[in-house]
Amino acid sequence: MSTAIQNISLSGKKKQVSNKEMTFLERMYLVAIVKGLWITIKHFFRKKATIHYPEQVREFSPVYRGQHMLKRDEQGRENCTACGLCALSCPAEAITMKAEERKKGEEHLYREEKYASIYEINMLRCIFCGLCEEACPKDAIYLTLSKELVPAQYDREDFIFGKDKLVMPLEMALKNTQLKNAN
Amino acid sequence: MDSAFIIEKSVFIVAVFAITMIMAMYSTWAERKVAAYLQDRVGPNRAGWGGLLQPLADGMKLFAKEEFFPNTPNRFLFIVGPAIAMSTALMTSAVIPWGDKLEIFGRTVILQATDIDVALLYVFGIISVGVYGIMIGGWASNNKFSLMSSVRAASQMVSYEVAMGLSIIALLMMTGTLSLKEIAAQQAGMNWNVFYQPVGFLIFLICAFAETNRTPFDLAECESELIGGYHTEYSSMKMGFYLFAEYANMFISSAILAVLYFGAYNYPGMQWMVDNVGVNAANILGIVVLFIKICFFIFFYMWIRWTIPRFRYDQLMHLGWKILIPLAIVNIMVTGVCILVFK
Repeated sequence: MSTAIQNISLSGKKKQVSNKEMTFLERMYLVAIVKGLWITIKHFFRKKATIHYPEQVREFSPVYRGQHMLKRDEQGRENCTACGLCALSCPAEAITMKAEERKKGEEHLYREEKYASIYEINMLRCIFCGLCEEACPKDAIYLTLSKELVPAQYDREDFIFGKDKLVMPLEMALKNTQLKNAN
Repeated sequence: MDSAFIIEKSVFIVAVFAITMIMAMYSTWAERKVAAYLQDRVGPNRAGWGGLLQPLADGMKLFAKEEFFPNTPNRFLFIVGPAIAMSTALMTSAVIPWGDKLEIFGRTVILQATDIDVALLYVFGIISVGVYGIMIGGWASNNKFSLMSSVRAASQMVSYEVAMGLSIIALLMMTGTLSLKEIAAQQAGMNWNVFYQPVGFLIFLICAFAETNRTPFDLAECESELIGGYHTEYSSMKMGFYLFAEYANMFISSAILAVLYFGAYNYPGMQWMVDNVGVNAANILGIVVLFIKICFFIFFYMWIRWTIPRFRYDQLMHLGWKILIPLAIVNIMVTGVCILVFK
């Protein structure tokens, strides 16, 4: 069955409009107003779309790129070896770091023989593109893990996040290991 | 006139004043809440439970704001404008019968500040003066946008007052009195005027929307054309007075609508209540009933606001002069014929 092109409606919402004269009842608009009132009052009792932000948080998509997290491995050691590839790949030049050699007795803290003693991301420069995550050879930096937004601050200085804010908390690493072993 | 009478009336006037203010205050809260609910939002909910302290916060903010005077030669009129708007909005409440009567300490207390026999004329007179608040404010602002807006508001109010007055005449032919107390008393039981005067009620309702400058007739305030409207140059509590006067007007006009057409404080079975439960209980319930009716009309104002888009200015004038006034005159004639035939 072939349909004429003017009758095809891909969205299913196509409506033929007409310019016919309105009847007296229609021109009074009272019926239309009552219909309109009915529509608006239905919205009055409808479930509200608002998410009460500080108390409720919108659920993140699994690939949502939020605040960065420097990952720890299964034994709770930092993955980062301060190779600087993330800083190199960063289009916004938001990352700086300073490398240090791992001393004896620090093997439980850092996985590699070299680690980042200072690791800073300027959150005002960062564009959350995720290229650092792609560049990292050691699986150290992730934007999808923290499930957090970078909070608002009053001073520019406060937006430079150091290791204290970026490194994955130890408990989280241990919990991840437990979960992994349980499976 | 004994001193007890003066005390009684003073207390009553202060109470009415306070209630009007509180109702106006919480109308601003209700406006935002209703607007939010009709748009699938939740509205103010941070200041107090359900945002109930929001009006207080707003008022405090307005008091704390800087008082700005535009470069105007009419500083006096600039101050008089909001004062007139506010006082006229409050003065109308003097003649509204809030209830029938109470018996306190063996005295019969009439629940009305004053029962003048031209109450309805008084209401109309005061409402007409209300235009001057807007007109003077807009004029004294020394700002073309404000002037334009106040001209709009004034011409709108003047045109709709004609239709409003005519719609009332049909009602007066039925009631035979201008006293709001008697009009209220005549509607005992379910004998409400709205059943006898549906067309008159509709005209009066539409005109009430226009008189209070509410959507769809809120052409005096228009961000895209006139910046803020007649109160563009106002700041601090003078601005607050204008906004507050609008809500006080809304409350008063809802009260008048309820008294004139929806049976005032009357409810079915009121006489039975007076006979069996007591005068005081029956009348306190009557006051509650009146306030429920008023609250419904206030809600209706807000409900309409989020349903109907505003008129264009020529459509507004067309509706006022070419439709409502002839309709009101026809209504008068039909009412006259009906009175002749049925009475």
